[in-house]
Amino acid sequence: MQRFILSKKNQITLISATLIVVAFISHFGLGNIDISIWSLIIASLLGVAPIVIQAYQALKVKVVSIDVLVTIAVLGAFIIKNYEESAIVTFLFLFGAYLEQRTLNQTRSAIKELTEMAPESALKQMENGEFEEVEVDEVDVGDILLVKTGAKVPVDGTVITGEGHINEASITGESVPVGKTKDSKVYAGTILENGTLQIVADRVGEDTTFGKIIELVEEAQDSKSEAERFIDRFSKYYTPAVLIIAFIVWLVSRDIELAITILVLGCPGALVIGVPVSNVAGIGNGARNGVLLKGSEVIQFFSKVDTMAFDKTGTLTVGNPTVAETEYYGENINEALGYLASVESESDHPLAKAVLEEIGNIELSPVENTDVVKGGGIVATVNGHRIAVGNVKLMEQENVELSEKACSDIKRLEEKGNSLVLTAVDGELKILMGVRDQVRKGVKEVLQKLKALGVKNLVLLSGDNQGTVDLVARELGLTEAHGHMLPEDKSAYIEKLQAQGQIVAFVGDGVNDSPSLALADIGIAMGSGTDVAIETSDVVLMNSDFNRLPHALGLAKATASNMRQNIIIAVGVVIVLLASVFLSDWMNMSIGMLAHEASILVVILNGMRLLRYSLRK
Amino acid sequence: MQKATIQLETLTCPSCMQKIDSAVKGLDGVDKDSVKVMFNSSKVKLNFEPEKISVEEIEKAITKLGYEVKKSTVKEA
Repeated sequence: MQRFILSKKNQITLISATLIVVAFISHFGLGNIDISIWSLIIASLLGVAPIVIQAYQALKVKVVSIDVLVTIAVLGAFIIKNYEESAIVTFLFLFGAYLEQRTLNQTRSAIKELTEMAPESALKQMENGEFEEVEVDEVDVGDILLVKTGAKVPVDGTVITGEGHINEASITGESVPVGKTKDSKVYAGTILENGTLQIVADRVGEDTTFGKIIELVEEAQDSKSEAERFIDRFSKYYTPAVLIIAFIVWLVSRDIELAITILVLGCPGALVIGVPVSNVAGIGNGARNGVLLKGSEVIQFFSKVDTMAFDKTGTLTVGNPTVAETEYYGENINEALGYLASVESESDHPLAKAVLEEIGNIELSPVENTDVVKGGGIVATVNGHRIAVGNVKLMEQENVELSEKACSDIKRLEEKGNSLVLTAVDGELKILMGVRDQVRKGVKEVLQKLKALGVKNLVLLSGDNQGTVDLVARELGLTEAHGHMLPEDKSAYIEKLQAQGQIVAFVGDGVNDSPSLALADIGIAMGSGTDVAIETSDVVLMNSDFNRLPHALGLAKATASNMRQNIIIAVGVVIVLLASVFLSDWMNMSIGMLAHEASILVVILNGMRLLRYSLRK
Repeated sequence: MQKATIQLETLTCPSCMQKIDSAVKGLDGVDKDSVKVMFNSSKVKLNFEPEKISVEEIEKAITKLGYEVKKSTVKEA
C-alpha cells in the first residue's frame, strides 16, 4: 500500500491540482461553498498521503525530515479548518518535488552519458571454442573475447589476432580512430569502428581504465567540501529546531496559523541542494570536455590558485631540438643542401638529426676524407668539393668570409637561443640553420589565458640546464624558471611557495613527479589514462591535452562562484521569508511553500548553467 | 568483511540520504564508518560482516524505506 501510493505520486499531484481548480471555480464562479470545501479536503487528504508515509519512514529511523514538518503543518491547517491552505501546500510540495526530479536529472545528464558508455556485454570464447554473448560481469582476466565492428571493447586487453581501428574518445577524449594490430592494447569502453579483433582480457570491470574513470567521477560528484559537511550537520539539527520553535510560538501565542507557517518556511530545501547541484553540473561539464575534477574541495582550491608550476621543459616545449630558422646565401642552394645532408647523415650528433629532418628526402652523395673537428663540426669532401659543417668557430678556422648580412643573421639567431649550423662549400657560406627546442604550438596562448583567469605566477621547474630554461621562460613570459632541479628539489620548492601562503597547482605527467603532484594544493596530471597520474592527482587532463588547462581553471572558478550564488540565494530566501512572517501580514503557508519550492528550482536552474559553460575567446 | 555497492533508483531529495544513511547504519553487522550514501550517483557503499548480515537483508532495509534497489555487487574488502 505504502509503495503503491509513493509510486503514484505524479498522478496524485495531477488529481489534487484538478480538485483545487474545481474548488476555486465552484467557490468564486458558482458560489457553491460546499463543493469547494469538499474538493479541497479530498485534495489535501490525497496530497498528504505520500508525505505522511515519507515522514513516518523518516521518523522510524530517527530523522526529522522536511516531510515531518509539512505533515504537521497540514494537520495544523486541518485543525483550524483552513482546507485551502492545506490543499495548496501539499500540492506545491509534491509538484515542487516533481520539478526538482526533472531538473536534477538534467544536471546529472553529463555524467550519466559517461557512465552509460560502459560496456554491458561481451562475446566470450567458451570451452567448445565458440563465441557466446555473456554479461560483461562474467568476463574474467585471461578470457578470450571477440570484438566485432561497431561493438564496444568490453575490457582492457591485448589483441591476439585481427586488426581494426578504434575510437578511443571515451578514454582519451580524442576522436581520431587509432589503428590496432596484434599485441596492441585496447581499452574498455572504446569502440571498434572497423575490422574484427580477438583479445585477451587483462583487466576487467572496475579495474579497467574506464571503470576507474567512472568511479572517480562518481566519487567526485558526491564528494563534499568542508562547507557542505557543515551544512549537512547544520540541517540535521536545523529541521528539529524549526519544529521546536514552531511549537514554542504556538505555546506562547496560541496562534496555530503562525506556528504552521513557521513550519513550512523553515524547510531548508535550497540550502541542502544548492551546493551539490553546482558540483555535479560543474564536474559533468568537465567530464564532457576531457577534464576530470575530483570533487568540490578540489574545485574550491583550484578556483583560488595563485601559482601554477610546470614540471619540465618538455611540458611546454616539443622536447627535441628542431630547425627553427634557415637562411641561404648565394647560388646553388640545392646542391649545398645535398652536401649538407650527405655529411650530416654520417653523424649521430643531435643537431645533425634535426638538420636531416628539416631537409627531408634528398639525393645523397658519397662522403670522403671526413674530419671531425672537436668543438667545431665536420669537414669532408663530397663530389670533389670541400664541405665544412659546424659553428662559427669552424668557419673562422676554414677562413670562410662572413658577409654583413650573415653576421647580423648569426647574431639574431644566437639571441633567440638557437644552436647554429653553418654550411660552407669550398670556403663560401651557403646555409645557416638555427636549431632549438621549440615551444609547443598554442602553449603561449594557453599561458596568457591562465594569466587572464587570475593566475599570478607561472613557474617552470625543470631538470634541464638553466640556460635552456631561461630561454623558454623569456619566450613564454613565465614569472620564474628554475633549472637543474631533481624531483625532490621540485617538491621542496612547492613547499616553500606554500609556506609563503600561496595556493600552488603543479602540472605534471606523474611519471616521477608523484611527490610534487601529491604535495601541491592542486595536482594536475597530464595523463593519457595512466593510473598513477589519475590516482595521485586532483585534476586530470585527459589525453595530456595542455590546451584544456584554461577550460579546467575557468570551469573551476565558474563552479565555485555558482556554489556561492546558490548559498546566497538559499540563505536570502529563508531570511526574507522569516522576516516577513513577523513584519508583514501577507505571509501565509501557501506563499511560504511557493517561495520555498521556487528557490529550490532557482538554484537547480542556476547550477544547470554550468553544463553549458565554455571559456570565452 | 565484505564490501557492497548498491545501486538505487534515482535519488532526488537530499533528506532521502539521511534516511537511508540512518537506516543502514542502524543494521547490526554493518561497519558504520564505511557507509556512504552517494546522492548524485544514487549509490550506497558500505562494508559489512557476512557472518552477521547478508546483502539481501541490507537491501531489504532500504526497500522498506521506499527506495528501489536496482543492482548490488559484493566484493571482498
